[in-house]
Amino acid sequence: MHDASAGFADVPWRTVIRVGLLGAGIAIFLCLVGIVPVFHARPLIKDVISLGQTALVLALLGTGVVAARTAGVRSRLAILPGALAGSIAGAGVTALVLIGELINVRVVFLNASPLLYEILTFGNGLAGSWIAIVIGAVLGAAGGIAARLPMAARRPLTTFVLALLLAGLFAGILRTAMLTTPLAGLARLLFSSLGLTVIGAIATVVVFVGGREVWFYTRVRQRVVAMPPAGQRLVTWPLLAVAALMVLVLPQALGPFVAQVIAYVALYVLMGLGLNITLGLAGLLDLGFVAFFAVGAYTVGLLTSTAEFGIAQWPFWAAVPFAVIFAMLFGAVLGLPILGIRGDYLAIATLGFGEIIRILAGSDLLKFALGGPRGILNVPKPIAVEPTHFLAGPNQMYYIALAGAALIAFVAWRLRASRIGRAWISIREDEDVAEALGVNLVQTKLLAYMLGAGFAGLGGAVFVSLVGSVFSSSIQLFVSINVVAIVVVGGMGSIPGAVLGAVFLIGLPELFREFSEYRFLFYGAALIAMMLYRPEGILPTRFASREVHLKSSELGADTVVAAPTHSP
Amino acid sequence: MPQLVAKGVTKRFGGLVAVRDLDLEIEPRAIVSVIGPNGAGKTTLFNCIAGWYHIDEGEILFEGQPIDRLRRDQIARLGIARTYQNIRLFAGMSAIENVLVGQHHSLHTGWVGAVMRTARVREEEEMAHEEARRILEFVGLPGHGMGQATNLPYGDQRRLEIARALSTQPRLLLLDEPTAGMNPAETHKMTDFIRRLRDELGITILLIEHQMRVVMGISERIAVLDYGEKIAEGTPREIQNDPRVIEAYLGRGAAAEQAAPRPDAAGSEA
Amino acid sequence: MYARVVERITEGAIAGVLWAFRVAVVLLVIVGSALTLAAGRYSAEAWLSLIVSGAVLGSIYALVALGYTMVYGILRLINFAHGEIFMAGTFGGYFVATALAGIGFLNLNPLTSILSVLLMMAGAIAVSVALALLVERIAYRPLRNAPRLVPLISAIGASFFLQYAFRGFFGAGIYAYPTVSILDAQVPLGLEAFRMKWIDVLVLTSALLMMAGLFLFVQRTKLGTAIRAVSEDKATAALMGIDVNRAIVMTFAIGAAMAGAAGVLYGLIFRQVYFFTGFVPGIKAFTAAVLGGIGNIPGAMLGGIFLGEVEGVGPTLFLSGLNVPSPNQLRDVIAFTMLVMVLIFRPSGILGERVAQRA
Repeated sequence: MHDASAGFADVPWRTVIRVGLLGAGIAIFLCLVGIVPVFHARPLIKDVISLGQTALVLALLGTGVVAARTAGVRSRLAILPGALAGSIAGAGVTALVLIGELINVRVVFLNASPLLYEILTFGNGLAGSWIAIVIGAVLGAAGGIAARLPMAARRPLTTFVLALLLAGLFAGILRTAMLTTPLAGLARLLFSSLGLTVIGAIATVVVFVGGREVWFYTRVRQRVVAMPPAGQRLVTWPLLAVAALMVLVLPQALGPFVAQVIAYVALYVLMGLGLNITLGLAGLLDLGFVAFFAVGAYTVGLLTSTAEFGIAQWPFWAAVPFAVIFAMLFGAVLGLPILGIRGDYLAIATLGFGEIIRILAGSDLLKFALGGPRGILNVPKPIAVEPTHFLAGPNQMYYIALAGAALIAFVAWRLRASRIGRAWISIREDEDVAEALGVNLVQTKLLAYMLGAGFAGLGGAVFVSLVGSVFSSSIQLFVSINVVAIVVVGGMGSIPGAVLGAVFLIGLPELFREFSEYRFLFYGAALIAMMLYRPEGILPTRFASREVHLKSSELGADTVVAAPTHSP
Repeated sequence: MPQLVAKGVTKRFGGLVAVRDLDLEIEPRAIVSVIGPNGAGKTTLFNCIAGWYHIDEGEILFEGQPIDRLRRDQIARLGIARTYQNIRLFAGMSAIENVLVGQHHSLHTGWVGAVMRTARVREEEEMAHEEARRILEFVGLPGHGMGQATNLPYGDQRRLEIARALSTQPRLLLLDEPTAGMNPAETHKMTDFIRRLRDELGITILLIEHQMRVVMGISERIAVLDYGEKIAEGTPREIQNDPRVIEAYLGRGAAAEQAAPRPDAAGSEA
Repeated sequence: MYARVVERITEGAIAGVLWAFRVAVVLLVIVGSALTLAAGRYSAEAWLSLIVSGAVLGSIYALVALGYTMVYGILRLINFAHGEIFMAGTFGGYFVATALAGIGFLNLNPLTSILSVLLMMAGAIAVSVALALLVERIAYRPLRNAPRLVPLISAIGASFFLQYAFRGFFGAGIYAYPTVSILDAQVPLGLEAFRMKWIDVLVLTSALLMMAGLFLFVQRTKLGTAIRAVSEDKATAALMGIDVNRAIVMTFAIGAAMAGAAGVLYGLIFRQVYFFTGFVPGIKAFTAAVLGGIGNIPGAMLGGIFLGEVEGVGPTLFLSGLNVPSPNQLRDVIAFTMLVMVLIFRPSGILGERVAQRA
C-alpha cells in the first residue's frame, strides 16, 4: 500500500534526526567499548568483512530501518529518512575519528587506539574520515528500503542476515569438529579457521535462504499441524528421536572444547529445572540458590576426598544421596524463618543467606573443617576410566548431569500435574486466595524451597566430583542470578524453557569465550531485550503466569477498579 | 442454633473505624444479604469473617467455634468459602485446575505420591477431576475446563470463581457482589443460581449486593451497614420501609418524604 | 489426621527455629561484646577510631541507599543497576581528579584542593545522572506497568551491561585516585592516641549536608512534594495534575546524584576503583535502605550509618572476645545476618517503610 500523496513535508524529520543521533551513539559506543576493534580480529567472511565491521554495519542498517519505520513506511521516500539517519550515524563515527586524531582520547577510553581509527577510515587516516558518513548514508538508505519492502521480500532478507551471522560465528567450531571426519575437505572449503570463506558464505546464503523459502512455500508446518494426531506423531517422534540421539552424541562429535561447554550447560539445565520448581511453579524468588549448590558440593567433597579435609572415602554414588538430603535439610532450616517474608524481600533475604554461606565457607573460622579459601581438593571422579574411554574428561560431567537433569525433569513433570503442583501455581498467582482455598502456605512453600534446594545440592554434587575440587569462590551470587535468569527467560515453570534458557544464557557465552570480556555485555542486553519484548519467556507454559505476562486488559489497571462498583 | 455468630466485632485501620461493634447471627441454610452505601464496611466485614483481617474487638463463632484467630486455610477447612469483588482467578492455570485447587485440603497426595503416581494416586486424581467436572456442570460451565481461566467471558469467570469456592465443600459461602457488571438477564440467572446453591446443596449464603432487585428478591434477612455500624436488620419488607435505611442511602429529605403518607405503599427501590 | 500432625510439627518447628535464631544472635552479641570489653584489648581511642571509620563508611552507604530507597518508593523496583551508577561516579571523579592533578591544580593549595573536590563531584554527578536517566529510559520506563519480576530481571540485565560496558571502556585494571594531600593530613585535635584525617571530616560533613538538602527538598519544594505524592499513589497524583513521568525521572536523577557524589568520596578514601567496584557497596547500600525502612528517606540515612557502624565496630566488638580468628573476614556475615533478622522480625525496617499499598 503506497500512499502516493505522502510527501516530503509529512516526514517527521525531527524524529528521523533523533534516530540518527541514537544510531550515532550506538556506533560510537560499539567503537569505544571495544567491540569494533577487538572483534575485528575475527572475520565473518575471510578477507571480506570482519565481525567488528559487521557490528557497525548492523548498527547503521538498523538505524536506517528504524528511521524509515518512524517516518511512516508508506512514504515512497522511505529511502531519504533512512539515508539521512544513516549519514548522521556515520557522522558520529567521523566525529570520533576527527576528535581522536586531534586529542588523545586514549587516556580515558582505552579503545580509542590507532587500530580503531585504522578500521574506521579503512587505513586512510584523517583523509578517510568522511568515508563513514558515506557508508552510513548508503547503509541507512538500504535499511530504509528494506523496511519498506513487502513481507515476501523481507523474509529472505532477514534469513540472509541471520544465517550469515550465525554461520560466521559457528564456523570455527564446525570446522574444528569436521576436520577429524571424512568431511574435512568440505570443512576447509566452507570455513576458514575462524569465519566463513567466500564460498562458504555463498553456500550458507543459498542453503538457508533457499531452504527457508522452500519451507514457507510448501507450508510444511501448516500441513503437519493439520494432520490427525497419529500422523503428527509419525512426523514428530522420529525428529525427537534424532534430536535425542544428537544430544547424546554431541560431546563425541564436536570435540573437547565444546564438550566442556555443553557439560556446563547440562549442569545449569539441571539446576534450572530445580529452581523451576521453587521459582517457576511456586513463585519464590530465590537469589541464594547457590548456597544449596555449595552444600551439596561440600558434602560430596568432604565425604569422598582423598586429601586432608576428606572425612571419609566413600564412593560418589554413596555420597550423592547424602548431599541431596543434607541440602534439603539446609533448605528447611533456612526456609522456615524466611518463607513468611513477602516477594521482593524474600529475594534479598535469600541473597543474604547465599552470601553468608559463601563467606563462612571460606572463612578462617571454619577452616578446620572446610579448608578455608583453598577448599576441598582431590575429589575423585564418580567413574574411574581410561583417558580414551568415552566417559573421560568433561564427557562424564555431561552425561551424569544429563541423567540428573532428566531425573529432575521427570519429577518436575509429575509434580506439575498433581495436587502439589496446582497448589504451588496457585501460590505463585495469588497466594492470599490460595490460602483462602485451604492451601497451607508455609508448608507448601517450604516443600518447594526444599525440593529446589535438594536439586541444587545434586548439581553441586555433580560439579564437585567432576571438577575435582570446591572452594568458597565457586559460590558466587552470579550462579544464583544465572539460574534465576534461565528460569525466567526460558519460561516460568516450563521444562523445555529451562533447557533452552540454559543453552542460550550459558551455552552461547561459554562458546564464545574468546569474547569473554563482552559475554556479559550481551548477556545483560539479552536480559533487557527479553523483558522488553518477550517477558513470558522463550518457551512459556501453555498458560503464562501473571507474574511475567499481564494481559493487555490488565495493563495499567493497578489503580483502575475492575468491577463497576466499589465498596469497601 | 445459629451457624455464624459475630459479636461486638470492631476493626480499625489506624484512626479509621471500618467496622464498629457489629452483631450478626446467621442461621444455617439462610440467605442473608449485607447492604449499605459505599464505604459502609461490608467487604471489611467479609474479610474479618474469612480471616483476611484480624479483628480488634469482639468475637466470631462458626458452628460454635471461635474463628477470629485462625488462619485463612484453617477457616477454609472448617467450611467457609468466599468469592471476590474483583474476580481473582488463577491466570496460570486452566479453568478446571482452578476448581481443583479448592479440593487441595480434601485430597491427600503428597509430593512423593505425585512423583510415584501409584494406582491409588491416579484414582484420587481421577475422582478429583470427576468432582471438578461435576461442579463445573452445576454452575453452568460444562466442558469449559481446559481453557485458560482468565480467557472466559466475564459472566463465566464469576461462575468459575463460585465453582472454585464450591469445591472446598463449604457450609457457608460469602459472595461479594456476584452480580456486578451483569445485565438484567444474567442477573436473573445468577439470582436463581444462588437460590439453587442453598436449596440443592444446603449451603448458607451471605451476600454483599448493590442491586436491590437481587437483594429484595432473594434474601430472607437483610443487614444494613452504614459507617461501619449495623443500622437495621430484618426482612426485605421491613428494610424497605425503615427510615434509617432510607436516610443512609438517600439522605434525610428522602426519609422524611417516605415517612409522609402516600397513596401507594408498594416498596420502592432504595 | 496425619496432615494435621504434620502441620502442627511444622508450626512448632518454625517457632522453634525463629526462637533459636533470635536467641543465638542475641547471645552472640551480648556474650561476645562482654568478653571483648572485659578482655580490655582495645583502648578507648581504638574504639573511637573504629566508630569514626564506621560512620564514614556508613555515610557513603547512606548516600547510595537514598537512591535505592527513593526508586523503590516510587516504582517498587529494586534498582539493581544503582551500584553501577555509583561506580560510574567513582570513574567520573577519577578522570576529573587526574586531569586536575595533571595540570597541578589539585594540590596547589587548600583552596584549589577543595575546589577540585567540588569539580570532581560535579563530574561524577554528571556521569551518574546521565547514565541513570539512560537506564531509566531504556530498561525501566517501558516496563512500568509490568508485573514485578519483569523489571527486576531487566534491572539485573542493566547492571551486568553497565559493569561490562565500563570494563570495555576502561579495561579491567584498577584505577588509583590521585592523592589530595590536605585530605590525608591529620585534624589537629590535640589528642594523643586518637587520630582523624580531614578526609573523614569531609565525608561526614558533605554527606550530612547532602542528606539535609535532600530532606528539605523532598519536604519543602513543589517537586519534592510531587515525588512524595507519586510514591504514595500514582493514579491520584496524576489526577491532581502532577507530571508523574517528570517526578519519576527526577527521583532517578537525585538518587544518581547522591550516588555519584558518594562515588567521589569513596574514591578519595579507598583510592582504588575498577569496573566491579559498585557490586558489593550496592548490595550493602540496599541492605541499609531496607534496614532503615524502604521508601523512607531518613530511614535510608539512618540505616546507612547503622550498617556502617555494625560493619566497622561489629567484628571487633562481637567476635574478637570469642576468639574468632580473623573477625574482619566476617564483617559481611554480620551485616547480612542483621539484614535477615530485620526482614524476618521487622520487615518494615527501623523507621518504618513508606511504600504505596498495592491494591
